[in-house]
Amino acid sequence: MAVSDAPARVNGGGPEIVMHGLHERPRGWLEWLTTTDHKKIGIMYLFATFIFFILGGVEALIMRLQLAVPDGTLVTPETYNGLVSMHGTTMIFLFIVPVLAGFGNYMVPLMIGARDMAFPRLNAMSFWLLAFGGIAFYVSIFFEPPGAGWTSYAPLSDDAYMPSGGVDAWIFLIHLTGLSSILGAINFVATIHNMRAKGMGWGRMPLFIWTILVYSYLLIIALPAIAAAVTMLLTDRHFGTDFFDPTGGGDPVLWQHLFWFFGHPEVYIMILPAFGIISEILPVFARKPIFGYKAIAAATVSIAFLGLLVWAHHMFTTPTATVVLVFFMLSSFLIAVPTGIKIFNWIATLWKGSILMKTPLYFAAALPALFVIGGISGVILAVFPVDWQLHDSYFVVAHLHYVLFGGSVFGIFAGIYYWFPKMSGRMLSEGLGKLSFWVMFVGFNLTFLVQHSAGLSGMPRRIYDYPESAGWWGFNLISTIGSFMLGIGVLLTVINVLRSIKHGQRAGNDPWKGNTLEWFTQSPPPENNFDVIPRVRSVEPMKDIRREVMKAGEPAGTVAQPVTSGT
Amino acid sequence: MAGIFTPEHGGSPNADDIDRLYRIVLYVSIPIFLIVEGTLIWSLIKYRERRGGPEPAQIRGNTPLELSWTVGAAVILVVLAGITFIYLGDIQNPPPSDPGGLAGGVQVASIDQPDPPPGGGETLDISVNGQQYLWRFDYPGGVFDYYEMVVPIKTTVTLKITASDVQHSWWIPELGGKADAVPGHINETWFKISKPGLYKGQCAELCGDNHSDMRARVRAVTPNEYKGYLGGRGQGIEESQKALAEQRRQREAEEGAPSGG
Repeated sequence: MAVSDAPARVNGGGPEIVMHGLHERPRGWLEWLTTTDHKKIGIMYLFATFIFFILGGVEALIMRLQLAVPDGTLVTPETYNGLVSMHGTTMIFLFIVPVLAGFGNYMVPLMIGARDMAFPRLNAMSFWLLAFGGIAFYVSIFFEPPGAGWTSYAPLSDDAYMPSGGVDAWIFLIHLTGLSSILGAINFVATIHNMRAKGMGWGRMPLFIWTILVYSYLLIIALPAIAAAVTMLLTDRHFGTDFFDPTGGGDPVLWQHLFWFFGHPEVYIMILPAFGIISEILPVFARKPIFGYKAIAAATVSIAFLGLLVWAHHMFTTPTATVVLVFFMLSSFLIAVPTGIKIFNWIATLWKGSILMKTPLYFAAALPALFVIGGISGVILAVFPVDWQLHDSYFVVAHLHYVLFGGSVFGIFAGIYYWFPKMSGRMLSEGLGKLSFWVMFVGFNLTFLVQHSAGLSGMPRRIYDYPESAGWWGFNLISTIGSFMLGIGVLLTVINVLRSIKHGQRAGNDPWKGNTLEWFTQSPPPENNFDVIPRVRSVEPMKDIRREVMKAGEPAGTVAQPVTSGT
Repeated sequence: MAGIFTPEHGGSPNADDIDRLYRIVLYVSIPIFLIVEGTLIWSLIKYRERRGGPEPAQIRGNTPLELSWTVGAAVILVVLAGITFIYLGDIQNPPPSDPGGLAGGVQVASIDQPDPPPGGGETLDISVNGQQYLWRFDYPGGVFDYYEMVVPIKTTVTLKITASDVQHSWWIPELGGKADAVPGHINETWFKISKPGLYKGQCAELCGDNHSDMRARVRAVTPNEYKGYLGGRGQGIEESQKALAEQRRQREAEEGAPSGG
């Protein structure tokens, strides 16, 4: 078999040390508690973040119910502000960022042909810091949840206006999840730089790996700013400092600068790996190479760089000099260019393909379709005089959900449907998957498309009620109905996953005819991932391997079987 | 259209200009949106896998095509930036008041306004102060009021906006964009209303539990009615302050002279 001579080339003929220092592993739940296996940690990341996703979703649905009718009385204003703060914080810090770390954890070593992450114990620590961060944050609902939004603008978040411990819980969450992300990011950087399979140069690295690498660097650059900011807020609240209090010489605008210096790169932290996921899926299902590999990799890097220079577009309505507004408008415009390049490249990847219409492709193709709406509304918002009208209105709520749900979450769902067979060894149900997709797609657009109009007609975000005379009832009712559809759509995927873990069809090693190395090993992969790591000769190593096997005249069934495959 | 596809406007020229600028950006985006969605949907339908269909084309890129959409996107954005600069001046800078507006009287505070409008006309300067959960308005001449701002029509009104507790944001959609009210800072915006009427808005920055009840209203009246309002309100304030001072004197008399008086 053509691949069997690979180890000799990989190791220059020397003996290959597969594993050493093996301990007897504990069984059952203790195994999960003590594991340092990147795949188990990845699964724990995915599982924990999905629980937080559901919690954040329930919070959103309660808010939508409250807003379904004018003068809603379902929740008190205090509770509503708690829901606003918990929903935003949960989705960003406890779902999207860490779920991408979960995919990264599981897939990075497999896709680059490594046997684990560079620092497996650090990896476990990243996960547990995240879990404790989430717990520290969520216990606040038994006392008083934070009420200043996920942005926690000072002075509202200061002790004078929000003495409850909820804001402190939020601060601890930022520190714990931030530490988790920084350690995870260092781990990704070390792994990707040092542990790629022989022959996998920068130009042959899968695009998902490119985006995880850039995600990691962005986390390392951006997170210290918010760590500093929340520490200052903590000392303002408890130790009498006045960093953000104007009566003591501080400045509330400083909070905004520090927060958004982190907060905008955070947006790209959340979207780039989702771009990476669909950059893997689209070529596989179109049966075509990715169009413009180098352009997409370069666009990823330039989006990240420009993403560090646009933060003050969240602050166009603050008292700020016009020249600053102009700078941030232009830098925000610039970022539309590499983003546009990616969208065109994805469409060109589908063009003239032979597209396999499976659930991962549905979710992956929905990403550019929805993200382009968020991108266009983003350009509209970047025009700062227009932003003066639309800032902090429901137009912005619509925009950010098109980017983060239409973009990131649809990308994440594409990843679930694409990689579930690798992780579990079983296929998800296609019928339930497609049903889930259509319910989510329609529900999502019902929920958020009308929110543009609510914002354009003057509805500010984060209000717990509105009078009937405001004329926003229709928009809100449609949005609420849509949000429940969206919730049902998500639930269908949850059911699909729970059912398929036990009862799904056996997937085999490479059900999609993938391009990248994770499909070379078994599903689910053995603990050491690969007995043999093939030499990488192109950006699609699995295609090369299949071609070699074909040439050698082997039957198709043995394609991509690792040497010691038990099946 | 306004409110569904385009922002609210119609109260003040800056709101109208923002609406025009928004429309231009929207009209430029519509063809881009249609091209992207169109080619995406078309590719998904036309090139789905079919038995006996054509082999997928193994294209890895096309440099001229990629360069052209990069340059094309950049050119569109340069054009949008240029259009923004054309409208910016009219949106940002307060114009002079119209004939028939408030003029000449002592209420016009152009004396203490650091930057007179480029047209040289007089403007009315009102200080706005956001507090949990109401707005306070300070008119020239020491008159102040809460909840509802009363302004003369055909007069450029410049607002100096701040807050005394947490951050708030001043927003009356029909009268133009937001201006954040930030403690320790003074933010500026302006409007000029041509017809009498009531213009409503509300605080746009989360400011606490009752954020959604922090409404803002601007009532536009004729200059004479405005003078009448200011006079009446001034008298009211004077009387209540006198009454307050009288009460204090009485209380002090009852409690005996305060020590160190």
